[in-house]
Amino acid sequence: MNKIVSGADEAVRDIANGATLMLGGFGLCGIPENCIAALVRKGVSGLTCISNNAGVDDFGIGLMLKTRQVKKMISSYVGENAEFERQLLTGELEVDLVPQGTLATRCMAAKYGMPAVWVKAGFGTEVAEGKETRRFDFQGEEGNYLLEPAFNADFAIVKAWKGDRFGNLVFRKTARNFNDPMAGAAKITIAEVEELVEPGEIDPDHIHIPGIFVQRIFKGSNYEKRIEQRTVRKRG
Amino acid sequence: MLDKNGIAKRIAQELRDGYYVNLGIGIPTLVANYIPAGINVMLQSENGMLGMGPFPFEGDEDPDLINAGKQTITEIPGTAYFDSALSFGMIRAGKVDLTILGAMEVSEDGDIANWKIPNKMVKGMGGAMDLVAAAKNIIVAMQHVNKAGESKLLPKCSLPLTGVGCVKKIVTELAVLEVVKGKGFVLLERAPGISVEQVINATAGKLIVEGDIPEMQLN
Repeated sequence: MNKIVSGADEAVRDIANGATLMLGGFGLCGIPENCIAALVRKGVSGLTCISNNAGVDDFGIGLMLKTRQVKKMISSYVGENAEFERQLLTGELEVDLVPQGTLATRCMAAKYGMPAVWVKAGFGTEVAEGKETRRFDFQGEEGNYLLEPAFNADFAIVKAWKGDRFGNLVFRKTARNFNDPMAGAAKITIAEVEELVEPGEIDPDHIHIPGIFVQRIFKGSNYEKRIEQRTVRKRG
Repeated sequence: MLDKNGIAKRIAQELRDGYYVNLGIGIPTLVANYIPAGINVMLQSENGMLGMGPFPFEGDEDPDLINAGKQTITEIPGTAYFDSALSFGMIRAGKVDLTILGAMEVSEDGDIANWKIPNKMVKGMGGAMDLVAAAKNIIVAMQHVNKAGESKLLPKCSLPLTGVGCVKKIVTELAVLEVVKGKGFVLLERAPGISVEQVINATAGKLIVEGDIPEMQLN
């Protein structure tokens, strides 16, 4: 078994115009930098991107916004991104804002083979408009829940720290974020990793994503890992 | 009248030993600076971490280690990392004891609005809707009145809601108030130098003043 592809360009080769993509990361932390660059090179357009955030003007998904490749963003927070704002105001870009936990759970549901989940988040707000609701007596408390559908994506593109040719993955620190619930949540999952190791090198007890969820893997290169908010304290 | 640090200091008195706490962006983040001696709390960051440490020393920043505000942070002995789905799983299941967040408006029924202003660029709700829908105990840290001098404690929120009937307590530069279902904002404490009349004048929603209202004890 060998899921290794030569690089990002081969990994994204069959992503067609109009595809729905999941992209891992939180802010700029743990984003699939190599695949985003390959998608920009490929010039594929009309994409629907499921991603917690939309990058910044000149990095992350911001690069795909600049080249007008994105038709719709499904995100919880789109932050400081002037190009994003401009496209939104002119109607070039559609945005579906989803509560962050609901976003993660709709990925998880797809990965776990569940068509929908009941969640409390957003009940009584505009997020609930047009959605089925139900009262549950759950864990000793009655409450109102919204039915939220699992995502239906063509590709999940994730970034991990280490992986092997079977597709087993390990993440590092808070770069795990959405990469974990997205890995395995689409028809095809592409993983880019910082280190490609031999099967057996990762302790089986330490594997975060079993390889069955991953179809393509490659070793990424030239990671910039840009920091959005550099906060430090003085020594001494 | 309290400044931002004063509000954070007063809220820190609500922490109990062993609490798991989620701190929002802004004033809530400052609460971490005033955790009382002898109280150990575990800070949850919804991007996937329990046991959040202070900012790193210059040169020690790690791009793989950030908080929900995207700031570089550090781990502490006992830190645990996890993914976003599990993170909101623990929030949803009520494992987080206390959530502290900011607000634009709170209603006398405990509704909160803090994510969207009509006709302004909407950045998104992030994790706020999940947090307020699930937390057993929510404290709002905010200014009592907005920049236009209008009360942010209202009979009904005018802005789009983040959550319904969820706020339990509010700490402002003027007062500590409890939100009691069917009653309104119950005044618990006054900020140093603030009179009950000043709190009444700054509160548009139903304010309950019962007996003598003590002044906050901050030290």
